[in-house]
Amino acid sequence: MSLLAVSALTVRTAEGRVLVDDLAFDLAAGGRLGIIGESGSGKSVTSLAVTGLLPPALTVDGSVLLDGVQIVGAPERRLVGVRGRVASVVFQEPLTALDPLMRIGRQVAEPIARHRGLRGAALRGAVADALAEVALDDARITRAYPHELSGGQRQRAAIAIALASRPRLLIADEPTTALDVTVQAQILRLLDDLVEARGMALLFISHDLAVVSAMTSDVVVMRSGVAVERGTVAGMLAAPTDPYTAELVRSARSLDDRLGRR
Amino acid sequence: MTAAIVLEPQAPARRRRHSWTLILGLVLVGAVAATALLSLVWLPYPPDDTTGGRLEEPSWQHLLGTDKLGRDLATQVMIGARIALTVGLGSVVVGALIGITIGLLAAFATPWLDDTISAGLDVVIAFPVLLLAMLIVAAQGASLVSVMVAIGLAMSAVVARLTRVLTKRVLGEQYVTAARTSGTRWPGIVARHIMPNIWPTLSVNLALQFGVAVLAEASLSYLGLGAPPPNASWGRLLQEAQGTFVTAPVGAIAPGLALIALVLGVNFVADGLRDIADPARRRSR
Repeated sequence: MSLLAVSALTVRTAEGRVLVDDLAFDLAAGGRLGIIGESGSGKSVTSLAVTGLLPPALTVDGSVLLDGVQIVGAPERRLVGVRGRVASVVFQEPLTALDPLMRIGRQVAEPIARHRGLRGAALRGAVADALAEVALDDARITRAYPHELSGGQRQRAAIAIALASRPRLLIADEPTTALDVTVQAQILRLLDDLVEARGMALLFISHDLAVVSAMTSDVVVMRSGVAVERGTVAGMLAAPTDPYTAELVRSARSLDDRLGRR
Repeated sequence: MTAAIVLEPQAPARRRRHSWTLILGLVLVGAVAATALLSLVWLPYPPDDTTGGRLEEPSWQHLLGTDKLGRDLATQVMIGARIALTVGLGSVVVGALIGITIGLLAAFATPWLDDTISAGLDVVIAFPVLLLAMLIVAAQGASLVSVMVAIGLAMSAVVARLTRVLTKRVLGEQYVTAARTSGTRWPGIVARHIMPNIWPTLSVNLALQFGVAVLAEASLSYLGLGAPPPNASWGRLLQEAQGTFVTAPVGAIAPGLALIALVLGVNFVADGLRDIADPARRRSR
């Protein structure tokens, strides 16, 4: 059974505008899938729909089975059991995804305490381990507030928080878009290593073809809420079937050319 | 390609602009609080001692003189400090407990219930505190508790509105979504994320409400809706001194200055708190 099975997922606003239209994809345990698309293509809405976090004003139809649990229409009680334990999310902007008034150590400690039932010294040790895992060894970081860290450090902390509950699926929603290029490469490598080491499944969402191809080989291309193409990155680069994908590939290539990267 | 090194401008050392108002505020509130505490263990004269002669000028025997019944005015003002602080604190506790609860409920409610609660709060805010106090005094009798409940209820509507708005803003923040993705339940989110994040703004407002409550208590006492006679409220001292203001102005000036000192002190402290309680304001901009 796949860890995440999305079928006929449709999301509409109250005014009837379709944000995601009849989307379907499967992700096996330990597998990786990229969702690529421009702003407003429905990729972030998809990531929220998967964890049942869409605002109530949006109507959701179809089916999202996360570890066999139906997410669409599920009561909060059932969702709480799945979130964190099965799937965690790393968001685009770590500054807004961290509580500005809570020290980093406490924010990491919270999911560890809840999911692993640790207290006291054991909890402090686990927090130190979790931060060390994302290369935040400095003890000062545990006591720091989010605004005292750099963007890269914040995203590392956010990753530590997402992984603290030991999820089997990590959803990364544009995790490096808010970071500069050198930090971006470090964060991608970190994510890649951690996902590999823990055998987690990864749903990686980005607008950047190069970034997605660094993380996954299978991708779904979304445009205006519709999956226009799916397949391997290599196949897509060689022979895009959809005109939109061809356009994406062409623009990525011409950017690379101009940067002299090829 | 040369790496572009962008140096973040260092945040200028924070000017301690707030410090003198905060210190002055603490001194004023501290003086009133010390007087109130002292009144519990020592008073210059027993509160009902009328042996001082009527409307005496200030002297070494009676630092602020005596009132028209021959009671020592300094004694009355000291007791008044105790009443003012008690009612101020009590009203804030009543107002905060009711207001924060209703505000949180409204923020989490369905749109229909939210609108209903908001309309109800508007009605309470429009309702004269005076009428509310009269109703409560009529039902419960004049007492310190009646005054605190009346002022606290009126205050709770303002606190509820503020709590609702602040909570809604925090609920829209991504760190709440992030906390939910890691499986935090709503009560945990309220306790760990919402309350700490709305508290800086809320506590400053509550401090200001404390000042408003002290003034409201004086007004109600002035009108005879406050605590009954053995409790010498500043408001009632003002009322009693009204007829003799020209001949013995100290009787009105002393409680008046005491009121100003406490309310001004509280407002200064609230101002200082705003700068301290909110780490977000401490971060460099």
